[in-house]
Amino acid sequence: MDSQPRPRRPVSLIRAAAAIAWKDLRAELRSKETLSGMFVFALLAILIFSFALEFDRTGRAASAAGMLWVTLVFAGTLGLGRSLGREKDQGCLDGLLLAPVDRSALYFGKLAGNFVFMLVVGAVLLPLLTILFDTSFFKPLIAVVLLLGILGYAGVGTLISSMSVYTRGREVLLPILLLPIALSILIPAVRATRGLLEGLPPAELMIWFNLLIAANVIYITLAYMLFDFVVEE
Amino acid sequence: MASREIQPAGAASRPVGLTVLTVFTAVMLLAATYMAFIYAPTEAAMGAVQRIFYFHVGAAWAGALAFLVTVVAGIAYLTGGGRKWDVVGHASVEVGLALITITLLSGPVWAQFAWGKPWTWDPKLTSSAVMWLSYAAYLMLRAGIEDPARRGRFGAVYGIIAFASVIMTYLGVRFISATIHPTVIGPSASTASTDMGMTPRMLHAMIFSFVTFTFVYATLLWHRIRLENLAERVNALKARLLSGS
Repeated sequence: MDSQPRPRRPVSLIRAAAAIAWKDLRAELRSKETLSGMFVFALLAILIFSFALEFDRTGRAASAAGMLWVTLVFAGTLGLGRSLGREKDQGCLDGLLLAPVDRSALYFGKLAGNFVFMLVVGAVLLPLLTILFDTSFFKPLIAVVLLLGILGYAGVGTLISSMSVYTRGREVLLPILLLPIALSILIPAVRATRGLLEGLPPAELMIWFNLLIAANVIYITLAYMLFDFVVEE
Repeated sequence: MASREIQPAGAASRPVGLTVLTVFTAVMLLAATYMAFIYAPTEAAMGAVQRIFYFHVGAAWAGALAFLVTVVAGIAYLTGGGRKWDVVGHASVEVGLALITITLLSGPVWAQFAWGKPWTWDPKLTSSAVMWLSYAAYLMLRAGIEDPARRGRFGAVYGIIAFASVIMTYLGVRFISATIHPTVIGPSASTASTDMGMTPRMLHAMIFSFVTFTFVYATLLWHRIRLENLAERVNALKARLLSGS
């Protein structure tokens, strides 16, 4: 019948995810709450590390890789906690879940937002660490490790933070739930970064790159499959 | 009145199968102790302390099995298998955590003699500790959720994700780096000095320990599931009593 409204074309997964990510980025550009918190925390962490560990020149390359990732991961946890916590507190999560789009759009949208936040922090940390510790982090392969490591961490972190927001004491529970799981991403990321800083030949580093890619594929696939069950009401 | 109804005696008393299994497991444990301490010869290089391996490895195997059962139960629960799978998954994590604790405590005793220190930051040791932590986190996650349906779903999801740490501990570490931890089963990347050259009698004791710990796991799992069901019934009865019907 003519009077019946034509069924609207369902919004594609990518467009829906992009809309959610764009919403997060625009909200962040206005408030700058999450990113400023992550930056200040990252700076503090680096200062505390250098006091606590008293770097000498010899051990620096080895420790700098670890410091980059530990700082990034803790700063990332701050961002992940806010990413869904804010939606839940202001009732936006229910609205997003009611939207007539595939629920994995919410996962991928949030993942993209968290990925960008962590990447921005990582991009600032690289020159900072280069200046502070006199070790060049500007190598194309380090950028690749950074991209892969952050992608995997944000991938598994988005799933876990969407669970922790529903729990009592969520701020405490998020790192406890996330860090043991994220270690399969962190270990290859740290080892690859360290190998690159020490100038090891690429052949010796292949294993860490392969592991990093494998962990990414496994975690993001699992998270994609399991996310629906997490947000189910 | 409904609350005065007498429950059938069989519902609360222990099932015969469970009693039989418990007694059988106890006998198996005694036999495994005999195999480990008397039947198996003393290892030439390490001496008597090597005997700890029969329990260390047996518990590690049963712990991994327990976490695998949690993955299967999680998938069954998420695909609509019902609450009983949630109970199985949760019980299996608790039993598995106890078994891995045995492994993590017995390892350092051996290492004190073999390596001269109880703990090294070897990849295998580190990832075992991380595995323990991720299942402790599983229990904390469950403790933080009130709604039983959500607790079941989140438990299932986390139980599946956390199994990555088990794979990393048992298989991954073997391939990615030179661990100093001896490899008991399968191909090893470790150096010859820590390879286990097992005589047939040692192998018998090891296999027997694997079987025994599988029974220990099954027995504890059954007890734990039964406990959960009993606790649920007590709660239901309490609720009925309080409602005054």
